[in-house]
Amino acid sequence: MLYRTAGQYKTSYEADQALFPVRQDAILLMVVLALAYVIFPLTASEFTFQTLLIPILIYSLAAMGLNILTGYAGQLSLGTAAFMGVGAYACYKMITLMPWMNPVIAILLSGVFSAGVGVAFGIPSLRIKGFYLAIATLAAQFFLIWLFEKWAWLYNYNASGAIQVPNLDILGVYVTGPLASSVTQYYVVLVIVTLLTLLCINLTRGTLGRTWKATRDMDIAAELIGINLMKSKLTAFAVSSYIVGVAGALFVFQWRGAAEPNLFEIGLSFEVLFIAIIGGLGSILGNYLGAILIVGLPVVLNIVGEIELHDVSLAVWVIIALVLGGLFAAAVSLRSKGTMIGVAVVTLLLVGYAFAQSRGFELHSAMIEHLNIMIVGSLIVFFLIIEPHGLARLWALIREKLIIWPFPH
Amino acid sequence: MLHKIFIDPFVEMYMLPDFLLQVLWEGLVSGILYALIALGFVLIFRSSRIFNFAQGIMVVFSALTLVGLHAMGLPAWVSVGATLVVMYILAMTIERVVLRPLVGQPDIILFMATIGVTLFLIGLGEIIFGGENKVMITSELGIPTGAFELFPWGGFLILEQKDVTAVVVAGLLVAGLIAFLNYTRMGRAIRALGDDHQAALSVGISLQTIWVLVWFIAGIIALVTGIAWGARAGVSFALEVIAYKALPVLMLGGLESITGAIIGGLMIGMLEKLFEIYWGQPLLGGNTETWFAFMLALIVLLFRPQGLFGEKIIERV
Repeated sequence: MLYRTAGQYKTSYEADQALFPVRQDAILLMVVLALAYVIFPLTASEFTFQTLLIPILIYSLAAMGLNILTGYAGQLSLGTAAFMGVGAYACYKMITLMPWMNPVIAILLSGVFSAGVGVAFGIPSLRIKGFYLAIATLAAQFFLIWLFEKWAWLYNYNASGAIQVPNLDILGVYVTGPLASSVTQYYVVLVIVTLLTLLCINLTRGTLGRTWKATRDMDIAAELIGINLMKSKLTAFAVSSYIVGVAGALFVFQWRGAAEPNLFEIGLSFEVLFIAIIGGLGSILGNYLGAILIVGLPVVLNIVGEIELHDVSLAVWVIIALVLGGLFAAAVSLRSKGTMIGVAVVTLLLVGYAFAQSRGFELHSAMIEHLNIMIVGSLIVFFLIIEPHGLARLWALIREKLIIWPFPH
Repeated sequence: MLHKIFIDPFVEMYMLPDFLLQVLWEGLVSGILYALIALGFVLIFRSSRIFNFAQGIMVVFSALTLVGLHAMGLPAWVSVGATLVVMYILAMTIERVVLRPLVGQPDIILFMATIGVTLFLIGLGEIIFGGENKVMITSELGIPTGAFELFPWGGFLILEQKDVTAVVVAGLLVAGLIAFLNYTRMGRAIRALGDDHQAALSVGISLQTIWVLVWFIAGIIALVTGIAWGARAGVSFALEVIAYKALPVLMLGGLESITGAIIGGLMIGMLEKLFEIYWGQPLLGGNTETWFAFMLALIVLLFRPQGLFGEKIIERV
């Protein structure tokens, strides 16, 4: 009912090829944009900006860059964090060498450097494929981190070996550095992410995107029908590294405020890869869903870890019970065994934890951190089992159901 | 500058041959350990096309279990047995919970799943055993801890006995593994599964049994690696980084080749030590071991995309 497409006629090719052929999609997007541009900045607290909103946007952008390479062009990369590092260090060097530069322009330009490095490390992809290529991108990961540490020129020879973001302003409003307010930083990130997302959507719909997909699906066949593989693979590396580099510059300049080489360790590469895969390879929307899950989950777990369960009111328990029961019922009706087991495990853990806490058991913070790692690990496996094509596919299924609802077929 | 790159290191090697031998020996020992980890990867990759990222954490986990069980009061060799039981249970659980529901999914999904397993094991290990560095129970296991001192060409060379033991044990393990794969029913079943999944299934080879078996063997290899490396550097989660070292070994040797894993491991172990000592430390500021192996493998792959010993890649449309 809500998502009825009947009556929306497409009378021209332009209408059929439009970004949002279904009106409800456009309305939904408007709502999300309104939330992101107006409601969140008005209501969010400092904590929400720094732990959720800004990192989710930056991680989504990084995952989007990786998704261009891995999801659209089919070249598995494990060196994302190093390319983010190239973007961050390039931005730092530009701003310290040319202090009059507009910081936003510097951030956008820093991607150019990581694109160059990305193309250099993408050259082996012309000969090497699959997992061999994945390991080859690890060469970039380890080599570049080593370079960030040993090449003192990159961090202006300061003793700590770390880079500090200076205070920079545009027309008197501080945009980067300790003096910038969270709202300003959020808006800078949001605008850049929105623009690059638009760019990505249109690139992947266009000629370039279609050559990438052909390369991904079978590169030899693509070559036979006249696609220039070198051009296709190297442009994928360039575009992907550009976006990842901008994400890296944002990561340091708009969020962390300072960076050491070990910030760009391989763990960050994997985190971005998780977002891309759990969100859905070959999808733009998926990056956002994945980032919300991967960035939001530890925050939620930390908050849950601090709650005294016996202080929680009955109403909250009823809501939790209803949600779990609803999920279980949905799983039964969809015959998804994995979800059923998952819900059962969560219920058992919750009850067990409540019981243990009533007996005086307490989680200390180190324990919560380790539990966090375990839970993230098991959730990755869980999501891969119930939906290997990612959260974006899950949303597509829900949308299909909504379109024909309340009829079953 | 050119003089420093192309002449000085070789002069130094010629002038101090005993030091060169020492460097090569150190490289050989770490190379053996890289080769062992790579062997665990290769076994699993051959039989299931799964790129098992969890091999490194299995090394840490088995070593921690061994030390932890011994600390609880079990005699050393009993705890080795108990650790093997734990590794078997782990193999069974991974097969049942993670791999079986994911049969037939694309390679990258299975690869991600093993990273999920890695995270899970890191968290679990930290909770059970704690994060601090532990001492491997070397002497309790009867491994000699002294050192041989040799005097080649009037020089001086130290071979630690635990390293010698590690080399010998690793050699025996590889020999045993090759014998197992070639001369037993189970071993041949593993190779059959690696050659052709469908055909192996149709002649009645059970996928599930073999997978558990292969993961268990990988667990045994992990335990041996864990003991050998733990005896050198102590047992902690920092050990996990040596798993990354096994990856260029795999590239160099080929993902399917056991010979490749061993030769690649030894080559990388020795070359990266040589490079670090004679070029890295004097010219590049040291610590080149983190990337040298990857760069070497990358350059080799540019000329031989399937690695030195990998199966020739034939692609058809």
